[in-house]
Amino acid sequence: MSSPILSVKDLSVTFDVRRQGAWPWTPPRKLHAVSEMSFDLMPGQCLGVVGESGSGKSTLARAIVGTVPSSGGQINFEGADLASMDTRQRRVHRRDVQMIFQDPLAALNPRMTVGEIIAEPLITHEPATPRAEVKARVRELMERVGLLPNLINRYPHEFSGGQCQRIGIARALILKPKLVICDEPVSALDVSVQAQVVNLLMELQKDFNLSMIFIAHDLSVVKHISDEIIVMYLGRQMEKADAKTLTTAPEHPYSQALISSVPIPDPVLEKARVRPILDGELPSPLAPPSGCVFRTRCPKAQASCAGDRPVMQNLGNNHEVACPFHEPLQVLSIA
Amino acid sequence: MLPHAKDVESVGEAVQLAEVQGRSLWADARTRFFRNKAAVFGLILLVCVAIFAIFGGFFTQYERDVVDFSLMGANAYKGVPSFETGHYFGTDASGRDLYARIVQGTAISIMVGVVGATVAVIVGTLYGATAGYFGGRVDGIMMRTVDVLMSIPFMFVLILMLVIFGRSMFMLFLGIGLISWLDMARIARGQTLTIKNKEFVEVAHAIGVHPLKIILRHIVPNLLGIVAVYATLLVPQLIIFESFISFLGLGVQEPNTSLGALLSEGASNMFNGTIWQLQFPLIAFVFTIFAFFFVGDGLRDALDPKDR
Repeated sequence: MSSPILSVKDLSVTFDVRRQGAWPWTPPRKLHAVSEMSFDLMPGQCLGVVGESGSGKSTLARAIVGTVPSSGGQINFEGADLASMDTRQRRVHRRDVQMIFQDPLAALNPRMTVGEIIAEPLITHEPATPRAEVKARVRELMERVGLLPNLINRYPHEFSGGQCQRIGIARALILKPKLVICDEPVSALDVSVQAQVVNLLMELQKDFNLSMIFIAHDLSVVKHISDEIIVMYLGRQMEKADAKTLTTAPEHPYSQALISSVPIPDPVLEKARVRPILDGELPSPLAPPSGCVFRTRCPKAQASCAGDRPVMQNLGNNHEVACPFHEPLQVLSIA
Repeated sequence: MLPHAKDVESVGEAVQLAEVQGRSLWADARTRFFRNKAAVFGLILLVCVAIFAIFGGFFTQYERDVVDFSLMGANAYKGVPSFETGHYFGTDASGRDLYARIVQGTAISIMVGVVGATVAVIVGTLYGATAGYFGGRVDGIMMRTVDVLMSIPFMFVLILMLVIFGRSMFMLFLGIGLISWLDMARIARGQTLTIKNKEFVEVAHAIGVHPLKIILRHIVPNLLGIVAVYATLLVPQLIIFESFISFLGLGVQEPNTSLGALLSEGASNMFNGTIWQLQFPLIAFVFTIFAFFFVGDGLRDALDPKDR
């Protein structure tokens, strides 16, 4: 077995939050966006990350890309720890890790033409590339992601959401990166366009031999594209398993609730299924619950859950779960 | 001979693959601007004023600084505006041709405004964008500096500078340049704070673009709309400012003149029966200021509508 291309160990990201009008010397409160995340990503594989809004998925992505500083742990990319690099070294490494963003239009500078936008990583990392070659590569890539190359001089506001996301994908791929992180790349798109973009991403993953981290809150999309899925809640991983196991036989009560919330397009099956429903809201990441962070909403919560933080238990077959009271629940598979 | 089917096809393909020129946000704004009647009127007026200031001197036989001693003291009936004598706008109290003087006054007033606004745009935008982009302590220090500079009564400092270092055009430009960028820096910083949280800036950061390049390539172009509006509205303000300084007798020095100096002179001779000495500079002044305001308003309407 080859070594993982990306290996994250105990990654934590905290933000300092100052209360409005506080003295400059009062210590800021810590917001724990991501806590003790660990996972490996094999080359050519796709890792799905799911969880509700506010569970720290995007922060995790940003910490790996490096736009948000990590406050603990390691991010080993091909053996080099990104977290301990200084800005200059890190800038060099950026060419191998690219990101695709959620809001396709907002991620494009409205004053630049599509050609300039797609070429930006190229001229940043290979400033000596002759103009003609830059243009040729941009056109080639535009064709590859399904955009007409004659639109090269157009501006982002002249495109639809799906086309904008294709532009974003082309920009992420122009340097032929090894790892692409997709932060909810399809959540802002129409359902019909979602499928096109997801299929495009899968195709490109195969062609460019990309490793991918695919973040979404929509399980049916993640399941479609991922080899392995991590379920996050309040910045922590709850369960990790390969895509099929996780979506058909999840063990963690949170994963079970999450998966059973995805509707099945069949009224008979939909009525017949078991549905653990979660009450309440996500607790504040400023003051996460002690012990298991999920215990405040967990249907199986017991007194002991408030004590020690549950560790990830290996159930074999690459299936890990952070709940001592885990039990398989046969949820109906989603389409 | 009929064209080959294959040729026709390839021509069709070439047409389809020809690069389409996109419509930039600037082009959109330009269309909106030219649809605005008042703004176009202002722009035409502004062009006329500029032509007057640059080429007006060719249409008179008099120099702006030649004193006609025969007219001194007899201004009220000999220096009357007339086409026969060639003094289209009459003469001033020293018997100099008022037309030539207004041409120069307009030119200097516009120059003061434009130089001040240019300094404001370049220094203010870059300063504000840098402060806003880096944020935190850098922002704190840079913006507090602006606050401190703003709290100094600048009219007072400018007068002091002109008195100590001598009254010269250079000092005037320097003084106006020193104050004009402060407001612009604040505006640019405020805008930068909203722009820097947009995703495309984060993308650039993630790609590994150097921070200075991010400011120049991603932030400044998105600031320019607001900056352009503010700059065109700043020009008339500076013209008024300079006029006030000249009105006090501290600005442009004889034999050079500006609209403010001419107005001051005209106002002091108001009751000597030479009302044209006030009237013509005032017309030039009002035209210039109004033209700038109209253009500024038009630009604001054209550039303001929601970012699309």
